[in-house]
Amino acid sequence: MSTPVLSLRGVTKRFGGLVAVNAMDFDVAEREVLGLLGPNGSGKSTTLNLISGALPLTSGHVSLWGNRISGLPAQTITRKGVSRTFQLVRLLPSMNVRENVVAGAVFGHRRRWGQDAWDHADALLDKVGLGGKGDMALGQLTYIDTKRVELARTLASDPKVLLLDEWLAGLNPTELQIGITLIKSLRDEGRTIILVEHVMDAIRSLCDRCVVMASGTKIAEGTPTQVLSDKEVIRAYLGDDDA
Amino acid sequence: MSLTATDIRNLCLATLVFAVCALLPLGDQGYWLGLGVTIAMFTALATSWALFSGPTHYISLATAAFFGVGTYVTGLGIDTLPFWSLVGLAGVIGAVLAALVGLATLRLSGVYFVIFTLGLAELVRQVITWVQNNSGQKGLYVLTDLDEAGIYWWLLGLSAAVFLAGWLIGRSRLGFALRIIGDDETVAAHSGINTARAKVLLFMVPGAVAAMTGAILAPRYVYIEPSLAFAPILSFQVVIMALLGGASRLWGPVLGVIPFTFLLEAVSSNFPNQTTLVIGVAFLVIVYLLPGGFVGLMGRINRHLNTREGT
Ligand SMILES: Nc1ncnc2c1ncn2[C@@H]1O[C@H](COP(=O)(O)OP(=O)(O)O)[C@@H](O)[C@H]1O
Ligand SMILES: [Mg+2]
Repeated sequence: MSTPVLSLRGVTKRFGGLVAVNAMDFDVAEREVLGLLGPNGSGKSTTLNLISGALPLTSGHVSLWGNRISGLPAQTITRKGVSRTFQLVRLLPSMNVRENVVAGAVFGHRRRWGQDAWDHADALLDKVGLGGKGDMALGQLTYIDTKRVELARTLASDPKVLLLDEWLAGLNPTELQIGITLIKSLRDEGRTIILVEHVMDAIRSLCDRCVVMASGTKIAEGTPTQVLSDKEVIRAYLGDDDA
Repeated sequence: MSLTATDIRNLCLATLVFAVCALLPLGDQGYWLGLGVTIAMFTALATSWALFSGPTHYISLATAAFFGVGTYVTGLGIDTLPFWSLVGLAGVIGAVLAALVGLATLRLSGVYFVIFTLGLAELVRQVITWVQNNSGQKGLYVLTDLDEAGIYWWLLGLSAAVFLAGWLIGRSRLGFALRIIGDDETVAAHSGINTARAKVLLFMVPGAVAAMTGAILAPRYVYIEPSLAFAPILSFQVVIMALLGGASRLWGPVLGVIPFTFLLEAVSSNFPNQTTLVIGVAFLVIVYLLPGGFVGLMGRINRHLNTREGT
């Protein structure tokens, strides 16, 4: 295999006595969609936080194209081409929809400013299905639309690696199909994606490979079909010992 | 970015307003000019304060520290250097001092920042008092031929420069970065913004402006000593005026400066010992009745009128 885009080695995070992420190892290849699965509280969001630089690692390291990025501040990691959404959508309340997207375009991996940035934001709004809503205030948006704005902001700096934290959660069946198609199109553009997800349809149709976590530890890795039939995975989800 | 018709109109309007204000000393050399000096001084201080504190929501009480340093630059240098160079020098020293304070404190959360900046003025004052006591010197005489009108024009020029700087920053990436930081610092960092650097850079603006204001006003005091130059009340006045007007717009603070200056003037001539009380009451009024200041109030009235028209 050529150099993986992203690789985690021994990545560990402690919160006091709690080991939220425990010695995680995995690689993500270029243009791959990797599903990160696991029950609630298993450490998926924390893993994304460690990759994006939102939190410092307790030990281990993360590399991007073979270069260490763990230890760098979030803004530097973003500039290197890693971009993310948040499990609880984070938007900029004092700005309208278009400005929220421009915010992602000005300082990130590929930078734009002025008219160029505005046009780029409008193109991205079209792409995520918000064409013509650029001048709206955030308060006028539905829940799925706020998620779309966040995704458009994340895409605005043309990232190479996308970290999506339950981006499809809370969508109705129609919206889900639109969302899945959208994420597929991002992979087809050549982006590498880590997808934290619970929705089985999405996992089956989007993920090339999955890593399953339970209590901070990797318990399985493989294709969606392989991991979803894995005994330990089923036990972790159904929880015969801690449910 | 190129200028739109609105930009050009605003620039012309601002130039006109400053030109009219510049005529004040021709009309009156006494009471009104004195008020004009106070208003120009607080316009520069409060507008530059809001440039930083408006978007970041960090409340800085360091104005008195920078101001005091500025008066001492003039006090110490007036016999050897031309006045204009002292104003510039004060600006540089104020900016450097602000950068150091920013590097040390802007990683802290808001509460620690407030306390630190309040302590800063006291610290600098104590250091200068200590140096003076050890050198046997009590204060400094500042004797120049700069009269009240001269001081007024200097302050007016400084205010104009602050407005211009604020307008340019507002159109720049730095200004945009600060709006993002003010909304959500995590999003800012994950959009590639070096949040610490942006905050430090912007904090240098009020630092430089307050020091320059102090340098310009030193001749007015004639005799400067630490308790006068570093009076902490100045920091509080600036905060209250800026919040009363509204720190979310460039022209907001001046809407607080003008009425508050008149109010303080009326109170201090009728009840000389109650100025602190007025400041306290004003603070409560802003917090309880006028969040967002006059700017916020105008916004609410506008929305109200619009909805009434709609029905
Ligand atoms: N900032 C934090 N401080 C303390 N504990 C945290 C923090 N973030 C997450 N945790 C804990 O770490 C564990 C993993 O959480 P998380 O990564 O959010 O799980 P998931 O995303 O898989 O649901 C949970 O027990 C959670 O309470
Ligand atoms: Mg989570």
